[in-house]
Amino acid sequence: MQALSFAVHIPLVCFGIAFPAIVLYVEWLWLRTGDPVYRTLAERWTRVMVTLFAVGVITGTILSFEMGLLWPAFTGTFGGVFGLGFAIEGFSFFMEAIFIGIYAYGWRRLPRWWHFASGIPIVITGFTGSLMVIAVNGWMNHPTGFVMHNGRATHVDPLQALFVNPYFWHELVHMYVAGYLVTGFVVASVYAVARLRGKTDRYHATALAIPLTIAALAAPVQVLVGDWSARDVATMQPTKLAAFEGLARTTRAAPVHVLGWYQPDGRIVWGVKIPKLLSTLAFHDPNAVVRGLDAVPARDRPPVNGVRLAFQTMVGIGTLLALLGVVFVILRWRRGQLPEHPMFLGAVALAGPLSVVALIAGWVTTELGRQPWVVYGVMRTSAAVTGAGGIPVGYGALVVVYLGTYLGLAWTLRRLARAPLGGH
Amino acid sequence: MHLDVWPLAFVLAGLVLYVVLGGADFGAGFWQLFAGRGAKADAIRDHAHDSMAPVWEANHVWLVFVLTVTWTAYPEALASIASTLAVPLFIAAIGIIFRGATYAMRGGATARREQLLVDSVFGVSSILTPFALGAAVGGIASLRVPTGNASGDLLTSWFNATGITIGILAVGVSAYLAAIYLTADAQRHGQAELVELFRRRALGAGVVTGAAAAASIVVLRFDAHRLFDRLLLGSPVAAVAVSAVAGLATLALVAGRRYELARYAAPVAVAAIVVGWGLAQRPLMLRDLTVSQAAASRSTLIAVIVAVVGGGVLLFPSLALLFRLVLGGRLAHGAVAEEAPERVERPSRTTLAFRAAVAFAIAGVGLLTVAEAPWAHGLGVAALFGFVVAGVVAVDPAGLARRS
Repeated sequence: MQALSFAVHIPLVCFGIAFPAIVLYVEWLWLRTGDPVYRTLAERWTRVMVTLFAVGVITGTILSFEMGLLWPAFTGTFGGVFGLGFAIEGFSFFMEAIFIGIYAYGWRRLPRWWHFASGIPIVITGFTGSLMVIAVNGWMNHPTGFVMHNGRATHVDPLQALFVNPYFWHELVHMYVAGYLVTGFVVASVYAVARLRGKTDRYHATALAIPLTIAALAAPVQVLVGDWSARDVATMQPTKLAAFEGLARTTRAAPVHVLGWYQPDGRIVWGVKIPKLLSTLAFHDPNAVVRGLDAVPARDRPPVNGVRLAFQTMVGIGTLLALLGVVFVILRWRRGQLPEHPMFLGAVALAGPLSVVALIAGWVTTELGRQPWVVYGVMRTSAAVTGAGGIPVGYGALVVVYLGTYLGLAWTLRRLARAPLGGH
Repeated sequence: MHLDVWPLAFVLAGLVLYVVLGGADFGAGFWQLFAGRGAKADAIRDHAHDSMAPVWEANHVWLVFVLTVTWTAYPEALASIASTLAVPLFIAAIGIIFRGATYAMRGGATARREQLLVDSVFGVSSILTPFALGAAVGGIASLRVPTGNASGDLLTSWFNATGITIGILAVGVSAYLAAIYLTADAQRHGQAELVELFRRRALGAGVVTGAAAAASIVVLRFDAHRLFDRLLLGSPVAAVAVSAVAGLATLALVAGRRYELARYAAPVAVAAIVVGWGLAQRPLMLRDLTVSQAAASRSTLIAVIVAVVGGGVLLFPSLALLFRLVLGGRLAHGAVAEEAPERVERPSRTTLAFRAAVAFAIAGVGLLTVAEAPWAHGLGVAALFGFVVAGVVAVDPAGLARRS
């Protein structure tokens, strides 16, 4: 159930991280050039931002409910260790809500530089908020800062647990770049569709060019950051890395299989084998030893095919997006203008939904890859779950409610796109 | 005060602010639901919506604050509460989803009929949510929540006389607070007709809520002995008295058309009763768990206190700014529109930015991918950040759009 809520919440988080900065960039263009196109665009995007933020507030609140509702043993045992992160996140959320109110309702009402300034805290708090949540997730993957004693966490040092955690930094950067990637491609895909339908005026061209540029530059960066993350996973969660690849036995000069399916006997069928690549990528040494799934007993292994599938989806889409980004930059330099080719625009239109798929796949990778642990090596997921009955009923209700919310959101955004600006 | 009580004080303060601010939000939904039909009803609905629109998100984060501080500082207590009281909390969660969703959707609803539908969903969930949260509080206050994972009764822990009474009281208080604020807002904007409409609602809600509060004392007498005994026969009776006086004073102020004062008197009544509850339940947090048993380790408590105080230093000035702008009418419609800046042509600096982007990219790959040391990775990330920024300048999307 929490998985569902996260899947609903994460794309909104991306918009929370990246959209305020993009809107502010457009407003800054307006302030510098005085060109009303930028103001119209920034103002319209502000409305979208507010709508998405409102839905994000809800799903975020629900998540904090669910932490208690679904995982009482998890919060009960470790709340003291990681709760601080959420407390600070709550404050960030709060500041974000305050300034989003000022910014959204301050258009044409506050002096313009003050209005611009009121947007800056939104960008900062969007960052700190996600920073805190990722700090908690980093801790779940690499728990430190406490000692387990008779099933209770003692000698708790929350600061060390959350911030002096070697697992935290790559997750943060990876997520943060993903925010810009997803926001950029999703927004760009909307305007790519508009362009394919013949809306080639300057307003629509600007609305396509800005997010596309940001996403196109962020996509290759994400490949590098992702590679860095995988190297950290290799040293800190070798079992997870083994599941990414489906590496059954500890192997010297381990290969990578592209696609394929992991068999219970430890072979990978229907995959394209690239020798020595895993060792090279993970340890920068083609003959390095990579720990396999056999390093831990069977009951401590994650569901290999689920993790592999999610991982390969993320990497595959990520690579395609990076290629698209490179193509865009090359075309821009050779032609000196926005690419017009329908194939290119079609690819951008697809990139939006695909980037969301990659985002969710990436999150499945890290969460499923950590199974069966909720706190890596310390607490099993099955031990953390609530004893209250009625979970399926609640789950069904939540599915219906979220579907309704997303339909409502889609409807509202369509309406907003058409609504004239100015006035109320 | 002992260290392990501080976070509880923060939680109760957060609860008061949630009732006072978030409650008013729920109440606005209540009035939207019962506005009826016709032009007058539309005016009521619009006024209720517009007054709350800039602040409702901030008002509701108080709940997140209460939850996160509780689970950090008293993890075991929150786990027990959340699992035993799963049903009302789930109802509240659903209500919150619908409220937020309809709030977001109202911006898109242009036709009256659509707005009516959106407002109705909003109104129903605005009643359901405070009722469910109040019922959950009733479960805690009548000590029906034992320690442990879902070890209390999932239904009777909240669906009982105390829970239902406090739930109804929560709805009543919300409606009352909202009516007072909306009257004051209407007066500030000089809408005389709306002032009268909401003044009548405030008086009606005030009388009904006052009666419900008095009736709840009888309920507590029979259903929650410990709370009743300690609340009314011990020292916390002073808090109850303060609350009663403040409540009556608010009513008198509304009757005497002193709405601005009423706006500040009403929270006193709420704060006093929450403080009284806290004092009466002391030292218990749950039926079989004292506050000090529930508290997390010393270092966590210190970290929470530092975080709350530090956060508060940032938060309260921001919140004050928001409310000053809202109450000052700076964010209302028709406030002054500013002049557009003058149009200037700026030359783009793409060549320089292009070179910088290439340099940053090379540095980033070298430091993040080739190098092994953690400090190099940090620099590498910074370089890649520089690459994206320089790259955006170099690509010059705005210029690109102008030329196409």
